[in-house]
Amino acid sequence: MIASVLVANRGEIARRIIRACRSLGVRAIAVYSEADRDSPHVGDADDAVLIGLAPARESYLSVERIVEAARTSGAEAVHPGYGFLSENWRFARACEDAGLVFVGPPWRVIQEMGDKVQARRSMAGAGMPVVPGSEGVVEDLAAARDVAARIGYPIILKAAAGGGGIGMARVAQEAGLAAAFATAQRRSQSAFGSAALFMERFLVAPRHVEVQVLGDLHGNMIHLHERECSIQRRHQKLIEEAPAPNLSAGFKQRLAATAVAGARAVGYVNAGTVEFIVQGEEFYFLEMNTRLQVEHPVTEEVTGVDLVQAQLRIADGEPLAWRQNDIALRGASIECRIYAEDEAKSFLPSPGRISRLVIPAGPGIRVECGVAEGIEVSVHYDPLLAKLVATAETRDEAIRRMTGALDGFVIEGVKTVIPFHRRVMGHEAFRAGAVDTQMAEQGAFNG
Amino acid sequence: MAEEVKAHITGVVFQITTKAGDPVAEGDPVIVLESMKMEIPVEAPRAGVLKEITVAEGQTVQEGDTVAILE
Repeated sequence: MIASVLVANRGEIARRIIRACRSLGVRAIAVYSEADRDSPHVGDADDAVLIGLAPARESYLSVERIVEAARTSGAEAVHPGYGFLSENWRFARACEDAGLVFVGPPWRVIQEMGDKVQARRSMAGAGMPVVPGSEGVVEDLAAARDVAARIGYPIILKAAAGGGGIGMARVAQEAGLAAAFATAQRRSQSAFGSAALFMERFLVAPRHVEVQVLGDLHGNMIHLHERECSIQRRHQKLIEEAPAPNLSAGFKQRLAATAVAGARAVGYVNAGTVEFIVQGEEFYFLEMNTRLQVEHPVTEEVTGVDLVQAQLRIADGEPLAWRQNDIALRGASIECRIYAEDEAKSFLPSPGRISRLVIPAGPGIRVECGVAEGIEVSVHYDPLLAKLVATAETRDEAIRRMTGALDGFVIEGVKTVIPFHRRVMGHEAFRAGAVDTQMAEQGAFNG
Repeated sequence: MAEEVKAHITGVVFQITTKAGDPVAEGDPVIVLESMKMEIPVEAPRAGVLKEITVAEGQTVQEGDTVAILE
């Protein structure tokens, strides 16, 4: 087994990875910025390396500093977590060049899937349905007009180099196209260093459903079923669950088989997620995330598979310990992301010092928490404080457990989205599993 | 009457989109803050002319801090 892993991340996911290392007897080395000296992930690790100043580009986003930290600390492997450098193929390649094992897919696969236009083309080539849209990058406004005329409004503009909802713009009719095109180009340029855009038809009230896959270095590929992730704001997820409610078994089987075929076609290795847009019983490829997902715990809860341990074993060259038939589903699991945001003010960020923290517990309750009492929640990083996961034999019971746990979760000093989650858990549409990606922003759960 | 334009959240000044002497309408972005990976504009509370931008790009501002003067 790999003897030591540098965990190139912070917050709850760094702690999660360190825990997996511990359970496999692997030495875990944390990295931290000046702002994170007192963060819990630093204390959890066997060793920790200061990598720079608080702004992420001078610490967690610095390829050089992280590779250097791996070298000086004697790490054999690097686990990127999610966000930061996790989907940066140059980072994966720099690790490989430095003789480090990158816990993730080969850098060429990250590069291919990171180019959203190329990913769409590759997956379509593998027989995956894609949303009607441009063949490739839309060069200019005139080309955008032509594509829109062919596929019909409303349309959505997306950054070819992007992800995470950044640089996306929805256009209802032709009158709004010019302004939206310019804005999306500017945002894409500033966020991803490329103004290249592509276009898709904007689907009204679709669901977001994704499939977890695991592949090893020996050509084995399995799926760990699907997750429903439709409750979102700003194209970012707030609540996820497994299994997805209100989809037929046959549909879910087709979805999973398609995801496995797509992952195989691109030579995928390690844990990955194929994201789909679902409308009725139609599904379309959205993107492939070449890393561990934030919401991986719900899959772990219903399959019993420790995904981070599996990632480390795969990176070490072990064949998968399961065949597809070994992966059984049991019960239902829901995750609420606890963000430091003021949900009453359109989810504005709410940085500050955590003055009080009470973490709920109980049967079927799992909390992945990146903060502690007295910790300063910095303006420099993502507002995710913790993830609350509730699991039970049935979805109704999981919702009940989640409701109780939300009531017992106390965070003072910053505003959080806990009140929003309470309303969702009590909402008729959510309880019926009748969700779509647009309802949270349309105010369906407003107090 | 001069009026202070205040930051409504804590963040880092990401972009200054205006300069002294610029006329602004109510709701126009004066500067853009970055906080927790989000870009959030600080808007003019009313129409007027900007007298001064009191912050620089890269500077951290607290909620309630003055970022510009409007007259």
